[in-house]
Amino acid sequence: MSKLGNLGARLYRGEVGYDFVGKRKIWYGISILITITAIVGLAVRGLNMGIEFEGGAVFNTPKTSVSVSQAEESAEKASGHDAIVQKLGDDKLRIQIAGVDIKKSDQIKKSLAEDLDVKAGDIDADLVGPSWGDQIANKAWQGLAIFMVLVVIYLAIAFEWRMALAALIALIHDITITVGVYALVGFEVTPGTVIGLLTILGYSLYDTVVVFDSLKEQSKDITKQTRYTYSELANRSINGTLVRSINTTVVALLPVAGLLFIGGGALGAGMLNDISLSLFVGLAAGAYSSIFIATPLVADFKEREPQMKALKKRVLAKRAAAAAKGESAEAPSSYADEEPEDDAATGDAAPAVVGPRSQPASRNRGRGRPSGKRR
Amino acid sequence: MAAPKKGRRQSAPGKPGRSLVFILIALVALTGGMFLSGHTTPRLGIDLAGGTSITLEAKNEPGQKNAINPANMNTAVDIINNRVNGLGVSEAEVQTQGDKNIIVNIPKGSNEKQAREQVGTTAQLYFRPVITQAPGQPTPEPSTSPSSGTDKEKDKDKATDKATDKATDKAGSPSSTPTSQGRAVSEALKADPTPSASDKAKDKGGKKDETPKPDPATAKLQEQFTKLDCTDKKARAEAGRGIKPSDPTIACGKSPDGKTWDKFILAPAELNGKDVDDAKAAIKQETGAWVVNMEFTKGGAKKFSNVTSKLMKQQSPQNQFAIVLDGEVASAPSVSVVLSTNAEISGNFNQESAKDLANILSYGALPLTFHEQSVTTVSPALGGEQLKAGLIAGAIGLALVIIYLVAYYRGLSLIAIASLLVSAALTYTIMTLLGPTIKFALNLPAVCGAIVAIGITADSFIVFFERVRDEIREGRTLRPAVERGWPRARRTILVSDFVSFLAAAVLFVVTVGKVQGFAFTLGLTTLLDVVVVFFFTKPLMTLMARKKFFASGHKWSGLDPERLGAKPPLRRSRRTAPPAGPVDPKEA
Repeated sequence: MSKLGNLGARLYRGEVGYDFVGKRKIWYGISILITITAIVGLAVRGLNMGIEFEGGAVFNTPKTSVSVSQAEESAEKASGHDAIVQKLGDDKLRIQIAGVDIKKSDQIKKSLAEDLDVKAGDIDADLVGPSWGDQIANKAWQGLAIFMVLVVIYLAIAFEWRMALAALIALIHDITITVGVYALVGFEVTPGTVIGLLTILGYSLYDTVVVFDSLKEQSKDITKQTRYTYSELANRSINGTLVRSINTTVVALLPVAGLLFIGGGALGAGMLNDISLSLFVGLAAGAYSSIFIATPLVADFKEREPQMKALKKRVLAKRAAAAAKGESAEAPSSYADEEPEDDAATGDAAPAVVGPRSQPASRNRGRGRPSGKRR
Repeated sequence: MAAPKKGRRQSAPGKPGRSLVFILIALVALTGGMFLSGHTTPRLGIDLAGGTSITLEAKNEPGQKNAINPANMNTAVDIINNRVNGLGVSEAEVQTQGDKNIIVNIPKGSNEKQAREQVGTTAQLYFRPVITQAPGQPTPEPSTSPSSGTDKEKDKDKATDKATDKATDKAGSPSSTPTSQGRAVSEALKADPTPSASDKAKDKGGKKDETPKPDPATAKLQEQFTKLDCTDKKARAEAGRGIKPSDPTIACGKSPDGKTWDKFILAPAELNGKDVDDAKAAIKQETGAWVVNMEFTKGGAKKFSNVTSKLMKQQSPQNQFAIVLDGEVASAPSVSVVLSTNAEISGNFNQESAKDLANILSYGALPLTFHEQSVTTVSPALGGEQLKAGLIAGAIGLALVIIYLVAYYRGLSLIAIASLLVSAALTYTIMTLLGPTIKFALNLPAVCGAIVAIGITADSFIVFFERVRDEIREGRTLRPAVERGWPRARRTILVSDFVSFLAAAVLFVVTVGKVQGFAFTLGLTTLLDVVVVFFFTKPLMTLMARKKFFASGHKWSGLDPERLGAKPPLRRSRRTAPPAGPVDPKEA
């Protein structure tokens, strides 16, 4: 049945693979489209901010026999917004409703009084300031900015600045998409959402870093070989880690989906829903961006380097020569067991991925040394 | 093919047993600690467990009519938040309601009383020069009914004036032997209660030298002072209540031994809490004693150097200034040299009292006075029903993850699942233990963070497994494959976990409240991920690589070289793909 295992092997060897890098223009296009949609959505519809950000009304009722869920229902009916109902000591209720102004609050108070069977005069209504949510949001933005700076520095040291830049762009891309989805769909933004969004930071980068790590390894001795251009190596890195990316994403998304669809879905709005929703959107966006955006961007940046340009020229020249001789470009490899399907699989897109060479240049280093000593 | 070659060259797998024992011991120790401490479940945040909700109302103080404004309210929220959240993981929520209320939600299981004290203490901090000091009992005549409270309001007006006139120009007075040993403020509270408090009081007084005053007011203050019984709690609380900072007042304070009380007549306030930039408790190197270091703001430093330059010339007890918190003297250090930006308060501190004072100094600067309006118990915002559903959903998600891992990694999934379990156990015990120690409270965001962490943790295994499988694809047998795959997987894991941890650390430092608790969880689980992978997953993998089941590439081991499409070790000319043929259907 599933040929996934085998597929993994062939992906690993570069026998099959999708030409992510070669088709980057398409992905850039799609991403730009999504981003524009997100921005337009944000501009036109704005975000539906929760009570913690917008402020809102808090009603304290006197003792009542009405249950929390009933009260929630009637509060939502009366206001048209989500309501948070809590039981206070002695069966009193506290009902919080977002985005309510004074006028509306009187109206809600009346209808609440009816539904809960208490006197309107006995319900305390208070308008809540948005200070708490604002504080959280402001500090979250501040954290985001600091994090971005630090992570760019770190990635620039651990890898190189081009990768850092690409990772940053991918990160911003993820956040934009997530925020855009919120604007378009109109989900309520609560501190839970902010938290979910912040989680995405680490996670989206995590994914990207794994691909970059493989790319760094593969391209270590890139200038010493003439088989692949940088883009092609980048593409191999993506394909080589593709199984991992898919597995990781599935494993991360499953529990979140559980929270979102089973936990939240069955019970309506709540912080569970808020967090898992933004996580779900963000994780998906993060997986997408590490494959389709971050790595192709690195390849793009890299290929501007004179060195890489020269390499590309050499590689292409060599290929042309080989082609002239009617040989496969891969011929020199001792294990040139070309499989026809490789070509089929990758289509005519790029000769790049065709090569079934079993290992990238760097792989051979350390052969024969005691295992485990090789980094 | 790369089949089982038993007894192949040992590839330096280290000592897997040792790490496993280490983890086991750690787990047992943590679990033991958990039961010993009597806390077997993590402390829950207010959204999961309910808690106490305190409503504070800002009060207009005489003399500061427009003090209740949004800016001051926000400052107050910040300060209260700092006080109740201390380390930032106790999940208390502080928010404004209306124009003059602040709501503080404190999770159940916290020390509610202490929290209320910290919050409800409307800490107003002033620095007032000491005019008179005496032991706390009503001095001469025991008679005194500690009624006090009564007519302060009126008194203060008068009081002000008097105080001022007293001021017999201290400037002139010869400095009273500044015993300065280079030390900033020396010997806090020296109980050197001048007898006949009364007389003194008159001589000194505030700094302003002005208009002569009617004695009556002073006399009144004096009289109150005489009557004041600091051993009586009520009297203590009422002493000096409602007095404007710009008026002299009376107050009580613990004497240095911490057991008895002293009482004071204090001059108008020179500085207030806002002038203090920061304060920290520290151990003084030379003496090994606890001290409190204060830093003043720019304006504060100026005022402070003015005060100290005046005070140092006085004689005891007038060379002291009292740090007055909510009408009570928290400390009354004497001054021996002129100070400005930094000051050190030394005295009879122990660690706790030094920290307390530092806290008061740094967080005590509430710009407003608050009164506790109501204290109620609230149910969890998230009904039990919803929490249950959330947990069930989480469990289902986890089950799906396990099914997926089993389907894909077969035998290897055992290692993954065992690692996830160890990771979960470590996380649980540590969170539980952090409840009593640093007041860590698990709230919903933290739970979600932990669920997301499943993904991060599992990712490490996946990276490792894929590496090993890659090595096998290259034709290695399992043992070398594990040892060679590990260093590279390790680097990837470290690099990506570092990014994750960086995110958590930045958020923890920068943010507040819920987000901070969440960041804490994320950072903790990331660290544990590294620990588990290094000390559990890898050693376990090394051990397993010796087992025939895995080493032989059993088709259920998840490491079947054929299914992985390994190349034959030596001959590379032809792919061996089909030989194993149709036998085994699925490799996930």
